[in-house]
Amino acid sequence: MKQAEIVVVGAGPAGLSAAAAAAQAGAQVLVIDENAEPGGQLFKQIHKFFGASEHRAGQRGVDIGHELLEEVEGLGVEVVLDASVWGIYDGSTVAVASQEYSWRVKADRIVLATGATENGLSFRGWTLPGVMGAGCAQTMMNVHRVLPGQRVVMVGSGNVGLIVAYQLLQAGAEVVAVVDALPRVGGYPVHAAKIARAGVQIYTSYSVKEADGDECVEKVTIWRVDDRWQGVPGSEIELDADTVTLAVGLSPMAELAWVAGCRFLHIPELGGHVPVHSAYMETTVPGIYVAGDVSGVEEASCAMEEGRLAGLWAASAAGRLSVAAAVAAAAPHEASLARLRSGPFGAAARGGKLAMDGRRDEAWGQTLTRGGA
Amino acid sequence: MNERRIEIHPILGLRPERRQVTIHFGDRPLPAYEGEPIAAALLAAGIRVFRKTSKRGEPRQLFCGIGRCTDCVMIVDDLPGVRTCVTPVRDGMRVEEQDGRGRWERERGGGEP
Repeated sequence: MKQAEIVVVGAGPAGLSAAAAAAQAGAQVLVIDENAEPGGQLFKQIHKFFGASEHRAGQRGVDIGHELLEEVEGLGVEVVLDASVWGIYDGSTVAVASQEYSWRVKADRIVLATGATENGLSFRGWTLPGVMGAGCAQTMMNVHRVLPGQRVVMVGSGNVGLIVAYQLLQAGAEVVAVVDALPRVGGYPVHAAKIARAGVQIYTSYSVKEADGDECVEKVTIWRVDDRWQGVPGSEIELDADTVTLAVGLSPMAELAWVAGCRFLHIPELGGHVPVHSAYMETTVPGIYVAGDVSGVEEASCAMEEGRLAGLWAASAAGRLSVAAAVAAAAPHEASLARLRSGPFGAAARGGKLAMDGRRDEAWGQTLTRGGA
Repeated sequence: MNERRIEIHPILGLRPERRQVTIHFGDRPLPAYEGEPIAAALLAAGIRVFRKTSKRGEPRQLFCGIGRCTDCVMIVDDLPGVRTCVTPVRDGMRVEEQDGRGRWERERGGGEP
């Protein structure tokens, strides 16, 4: 069986950062990703990041992705692509399926950086061709350079909805409307202002009633929602659109943590069920770490800091770095994370991570559905 | 090539040069670029129905675009259930709309699946 000191699952911002930190500490690192290209969602993010310069604000995700890849390659990290990790046994054996064959790797430490998956939204016609995740639209236009549609209704006015709406305009599509059931815009006002200046109508307290069409979306009807989220008859507005993009949140992609027997808590502020982890990013299964959206949905800048921490602590646990050295190396990343989570937009994640700390005992009291720690 | 292809992008610049290949959607030849997923080529050609569901025959196309949801599966070179959003095109590839779970007719190799 193949051996690796540290196996990182996922080559997105969190996974690559974890690999870099661990390799820098001298660990032998193997990164496995199911996609044909590394970088996760970074290469789709062609907007400039926000925050302070230490968080790479002003840099575009796509450029950060190239830098991270270079760093990881320079450190001699092995990256295996087109390979899906489908199981973890005894907290240390990682089972992988490549295109033509299946293999296993024995790992001293494992970092799960599997990211998140887009949420759906149920309305009549939501399965019609033309209704898709905002991330799907982003992938098609920014990576594959194909417009997902000509006339788009964006559902959700959080940062993802606002930013992808702007990217749709940049790519040449018309954004017919941005719709949000909440009474106010969810994302940064600066992004909302950008699309409003471009003439995009933002409907707050509105939701999609239905999408109609014979074999694909031809018309979208939105309506106002009352304070109990019920549609108000008579408030319908019909929009001429061929595409609906959903930006209604993400859920941690935590299947591997489940099968490895990690304890979970349901924390809505972090996107749903998340594997319980310590400040060292270690789960309740010793030797298995998490970083990035799988540990609670946040921005890519947070994912990169969490990745650094997970990589450092995994390398330290593997004996590559003294605890004192790890504490010193982790300090700037912890401080950076704290700053990223300060302010009104970081409040949810900060509260969620605090809630996790407060409820650790509750997680240990639960009965696992299958074997584990 | 057509209005759905983003040739010039204000941030990303010109579309990277790639060798053009031909795939076949049913009996219709479609241009595609080497390395792109099947779904991107179909989207660029304006194909909106990738498959029909088995019970109600409802149309489906793309949903997640990253290989998770399996909404976009089609019959590719006689193999049903292929995720077209993460499967790259190949010159001469045959892509068919999938009805339900599709037919399993492996001419090559033979034998039971």
